[in-house]
Amino acid sequence: MIGIVSYGAYIPRFRIKPSQIAHAWGREASEVEKSLGVFEKAVASYDEDAITLSVEASQNALSSGKIDPKQIGAIAIGSESHPYAVKPSSTTVAGILEMGTDYFAVDLEFACKAGTAGIQLLSGFVSQGKAKYVLAIGSDVAQSKPSDVLEYTASSASAAFILGKDRVIANIIDFTSYSSDTPDFWRRDTEKFPSHGGRFTGSPAYFAHTLGASQRMLKKVKMRASDFDFAVFHMPNAKFPKEAAKKLGFTPSQLAPGLVVPYIGNPYSASSMIGLASVLDFAKPKDKIFVCSYGSGAGSDAFVIETTNLISSYQKRVKNTVAKQIKDKEYIDYSLIARNILTRYRI
Amino acid sequence: MKIKIIGCGLTKFGELWDKSLFDLSYEAGTEAIKDSSIDKNKIEAVFVSNMIYGKLSNQDHLGAVVASLLGIHGASFRIEGACASGGLAIHLAIQSLLAGTYKNVLVVGVEKMTDATSTEISGALMGAGSEDERRAGLTFPALYALMAKAHMQKYGTTRKHLTAVSIKNHFHASLNERAQFPFEVTEEKILGSACISDPLTLFDASPITDGAGAVVLSSETDGHGVFITGSAVATDTVDLAARESLTELAATREASRKALNMAGVEIKDIKVAEVHDCFTIAEILAMEDLGFCKKGDGGRFVAKGITKLGGKLPINTSGGLKACGHPVGATGVKQIVEIANQLRGRLGKRQVKDANVGLTQNVGGTGATVVVHILQS
Repeated sequence: MIGIVSYGAYIPRFRIKPSQIAHAWGREASEVEKSLGVFEKAVASYDEDAITLSVEASQNALSSGKIDPKQIGAIAIGSESHPYAVKPSSTTVAGILEMGTDYFAVDLEFACKAGTAGIQLLSGFVSQGKAKYVLAIGSDVAQSKPSDVLEYTASSASAAFILGKDRVIANIIDFTSYSSDTPDFWRRDTEKFPSHGGRFTGSPAYFAHTLGASQRMLKKVKMRASDFDFAVFHMPNAKFPKEAAKKLGFTPSQLAPGLVVPYIGNPYSASSMIGLASVLDFAKPKDKIFVCSYGSGAGSDAFVIETTNLISSYQKRVKNTVAKQIKDKEYIDYSLIARNILTRYRI
Repeated sequence: MKIKIIGCGLTKFGELWDKSLFDLSYEAGTEAIKDSSIDKNKIEAVFVSNMIYGKLSNQDHLGAVVASLLGIHGASFRIEGACASGGLAIHLAIQSLLAGTYKNVLVVGVEKMTDATSTEISGALMGAGSEDERRAGLTFPALYALMAKAHMQKYGTTRKHLTAVSIKNHFHASLNERAQFPFEVTEEKILGSACISDPLTLFDASPITDGAGAVVLSSETDGHGVFITGSAVATDTVDLAARESLTELAATREASRKALNMAGVEIKDIKVAEVHDCFTIAEILAMEDLGFCKKGDGGRFVAKGITKLGGKLPINTSGGLKACGHPVGATGVKQIVEIANQLRGRLGKRQVKDANVGLTQNVGGTGATVVVHILQS
């Protein structure tokens, strides 16, 4: 069976609190963190981007999995912040990782589910026997319009998953998707910042697709929420995944280990993937994990994953766990955010 | 004066992502016509009440839009008077019947607000204010907050009095499946909620809502039924700063006086009423200015429980603007529908016993337009 052979996460060190951002814009700061359920978010430095973040996460995955990069036959990077509109991030990352030249590469975009889309797509290469290992990455230095509410939570991080048929530490039992033409969040070409539909991003967008994919997934594998040990959802804030989990019958204790958003914010394409990495960092053999991402525009990718006996020995090799990276932090003020805007938009 | 309400229609109020303004108008209009049991070909005019749809979507000409949607080819009009649009549409429809020009007319109040951002909505709604208010950066929460502060200073009205209005209206809405927020809220939750414009919090303000209401009115008034026996409009300055008082809506006093006079009833005869609680302070002012209690006593009046279902004078059994929702152009019509249904004895768990005389008060802006109707069965 095809599954995860190794994985890696990268969370930039700098942190800023929503209340600091509110203060920078002269807004009421006291209620913001409580209402979002987000206490601080990870901020990439001005010399980081979706490419460098992808490299960091991938190097963690290669090292923990003791995998020779030349054995990776396909690479896909999902992001909403690819540094180039035309010029793939995936070949730059592959070059830095020394993957050689015998590989398939593609860049993906589908808002916050571009990373999980890569997992579904590249698993086909393995099942077709076209590649021994494939590398699917979700990476973002998430963009938001300065002073928009999105700024409180849009953060930066990346996660890399190497899939294969042997030395699998977690099997991908099955996956499915739910998609529709629902424009809740978008950025027109040449626009600097994304726009969103306010409250429209809730019920008709996040919930319709997350619940749609999740319900279809559970039906497909003939399982119930209570059959799982963990559940991970896309985390634009703390409220939405908690509500989705509740509606599907998952308990707070199933959700808690993967709920990273209060500490790192929403790193778009990496969100649910970091949640999954966080669970895999300490899961026991034969643990069942339910994952459902969400990407605006819109769609959700759902997965049923089960760890194998190899997970315990793998965990001993992981140097940079998600928990460790969450703890390794340094607080900054809004000046770095401002500098990042000037750098990114070449103002 | 006597005009018969022969049919009522109302959509669910809320964030209706799947419904357009056209869907909502059609739904309410069709329900009202069906309820009236008259053939739609007998409806000679359609009065459409709407405030901001033209600004938000560039679709004006709503009289013709709604009438032709319903397959009615008589006269059609769009009426606008800010949040009093609904009441004004009812008033003008009545005039057309009293003049003898028409015998049966349809009034449809509709608003579709959730396809715009909150910034666009706040801006559009400030069309109900004055140029100076817009230039000063005021929005309606701020204007009503000023009135609340003045009232608290002058009469000792407290935040808990304001909260009592919200709690009561949410309780009423919990009995109304068409309401936007059909659930109760606690005093704790309200007092702990986010401040939107001191002293008003999130729970002191009516929400952004989609919805439509419709009534069929007839001058053929024989037999039993529910009748509108008083209909009056009064006007005051649009600019709050130009008013005689910050703590009184003179237009409410005037419209109420005229309407009661027309109907030949006194304020103490009113058994049930729908008033314009765009913000909780507005309901307190309404209690006073309509004459239900003395000037300054509105807060204490509500806190006593007199205006809660089961009390002597239930107010806003629909849940009011706060908890039933406030699709601006539809509200004035919804108020008529609620009172008509009270008088018809149709409201089950929120029925006021022996309700035979009712009142509606619909306000535009901070009180520049007020429309009062008296209904009797």
